[in-house]
Amino acid sequence: MKKIEFKVIKNIKLNDSVMEMTLLGDTSGIKPGQFVNIMLEGLYLRRPISVCDIRGDKLIIIYKVVGKGTEMMKNIQEGYLDLLTELGNGYDLSKSGANPLLIGGGVGIPPMYYLAKKLIEEGKKVTVILGFNTKAEIFYEEEFKNLGASVFVTTADGSYGSKGFVTDKMADLDYSYFYTCGPEAMLKAVYEASNTSGQFSFEERMGCGFGACMGCSCKTITGFKRICKEGPVLEKEEILWKN
Amino acid sequence: MEKLTVDLCGIELDNPIIPASGTFGYGYEFAEIYDINCLGTFSFKGTTKEARFGNPTPRIAECTGGMINAVGLQNPGVKKVIEEELPKLKKCFNKKVMANVSGFSIDDYVYTSEKLDKCEQVGWIEVNISCPNVHGGGMSFGTCPESAAEVTRAVKKVTRKPIILKLSPNVTDIVSIAKACEEAGADGISLINTLLGMRIDLKTRKPVIANKMGGFSGSAIFPVALRMVYQVASAVKVPVIGMGGVSSAEDVIEMMLAGATAVQVGAANLVNPFACKEIIEDLPKVMKKYKIDKLKDIIGGAL
Repeated sequence: MKKIEFKVIKNIKLNDSVMEMTLLGDTSGIKPGQFVNIMLEGLYLRRPISVCDIRGDKLIIIYKVVGKGTEMMKNIQEGYLDLLTELGNGYDLSKSGANPLLIGGGVGIPPMYYLAKKLIEEGKKVTVILGFNTKAEIFYEEEFKNLGASVFVTTADGSYGSKGFVTDKMADLDYSYFYTCGPEAMLKAVYEASNTSGQFSFEERMGCGFGACMGCSCKTITGFKRICKEGPVLEKEEILWKN
Repeated sequence: MEKLTVDLCGIELDNPIIPASGTFGYGYEFAEIYDINCLGTFSFKGTTKEARFGNPTPRIAECTGGMINAVGLQNPGVKKVIEEELPKLKKCFNKKVMANVSGFSIDDYVYTSEKLDKCEQVGWIEVNISCPNVHGGGMSFGTCPESAAEVTRAVKKVTRKPIILKLSPNVTDIVSIAKACEEAGADGISLINTLLGMRIDLKTRKPVIANKMGGFSGSAIFPVALRMVYQVASAVKVPVIGMGGVSSAEDVIEMMLAGATAVQVGAANLVNPFACKEIIEDLPKVMKKYKIDKLKDIIGGAL
C-alpha cells in the first residue's frame, strides 16, 4: 500500500452515468485487479474504485455515479486527490493459459481493461465479453478492440450486440481460463456456466480498504478472507456463495 | 523524547499514543507502511476464546464525521493469536503490546486473559466489557456495576499484568461502572468504546448494516468521549486511557487535560493509515505552541 497525492487531469463522461477520471502520480506497483481508495473532502470514509488502466504515470479509473461520493467525484475537474494505492491482491495472470476469457458486466468492466492489456502484452489470445443492460450504457468497446482483443458485447434488451447475458455468449466460446468482474448475480451465473477454472473479483462495503478493520470479510472454502486484502479476487474453487 | 513519556500502570510509554483495538489488526498491515515502534504501544484486535467470523456483511456504514461498524469481534481465537499473530508481531514491534480480550461469559474472559497474561510480549490486558456488536455477552457485562466488577475480579485473580477495563458509553452512569471496576481491582480504565448507532438506506428502506445497529466512532464522537473521560478521571485514582474520535495532536492534549494518562486513536487509522505516526510527529510542535514542557504534567490539568 502507498498513500499518494494524485493530480486530477481529466474527468469525462462515458455515458449518462459512467465517468472516466485520469489521475497523474506514482503508479508504480499497481497491478491488474487492484483498487485505489480515494479520500474526498467532507466525507469520512474513502471510496474504493477499481483500477481500469495504467498508462505510464497516469491512472485511469471508471466509476458509475450512484451516491454521494461518486456524485462529488463527478464534479472534480482539477486539483489533487489523496489515494491509497496497490490495494487488494489483484488477478493472478500466471494461470491464464493461452486463450483466456475476460467477462465484465457494467461497472465490473474497468478492471478487465488493464488485465486484458497485460495478458496481450504477454502474448495471450484474449477474448472479452462485455455485458450491459442496454445500448446507452455501453463504454470501452472500441478501447478493448484497440488492444487487440476479440470483443463480444451482450445487451439484456438486445439493443446492441447479441441479446441476452454474458453467460449466453460464454457457451459459444472456447477458453483456457477466465477472469470476471461484475454484479454478484452475474458472477454466480458465470460460476455456473463456466467449464474451466477462473478468478472472480468481488465487491463489499469497506471501512479502511487495507485489511485493518475487518469490515469486508467473507467466508471461503479456504477460510475467512478480507475482500480488501486477500481479495477482491477469489479463485473459483474457494468461493462460498452467500445466497 | 522524554517530553512525551507517560507511565501507564507501571510501564513507561515513549509517548501516550495507542492505536485502539479493532482499528489496527495485529499490527503488521501498518508495519508494512511505517515503523510501528514509534507508537506508545497498540491494543490488538479483540481476542476471544474461540475463533469468530463475526457478523454478516455489510458491517460498515458512513456517517457525518464518522462511521458505524458491526464487525462482531472477528478474530482467530486466543490459541492462534498466541501461536501465530504474536510471533509475527515480534518481527516488527519490540515494545509491549496491549492485549484486548473479549468474552461471552466470565469463564471466557478468565480463559483468554490467563493465556495472554503468560505472553512475554503482552504488557497490559485490556478487558473489553463494551462491545456493542455481539449478543449475549460483550457489552452486557459493561452495562451494570455489579457484572463489570465481577469480570474485573475474575480476570484479576488469574493475571499478574495490569488489567485495564474498557467501558461502554451506552450506559446511564459510566462513573459508577468505572468505580466498581476500580474497587474490584482494575489497574486502569479505558473509555469510550463506540456509541450504539444506525443508518437506514433510503433506497431499500432497510438498515445499511446487516446487524441493523453498530458502533459509531470517528471525530464526531470526540466531545462525548471527552466529557466521559473527564467524569471518570474525576472519580477514580487509577490511570484512565481516553479514546473516542481522537484524530489530531490537539485532541490528544485535550484528552490528557480531561484526565487521560494515555490516548487511543481508533477510526482515524482507518481513514489515514499514517494517523498515529503523524500525531506523534505533531505533538512536540503543538506542545510548544501551548507551552507544554512535559506531556505528563498536563494529565488532568482541566479537572
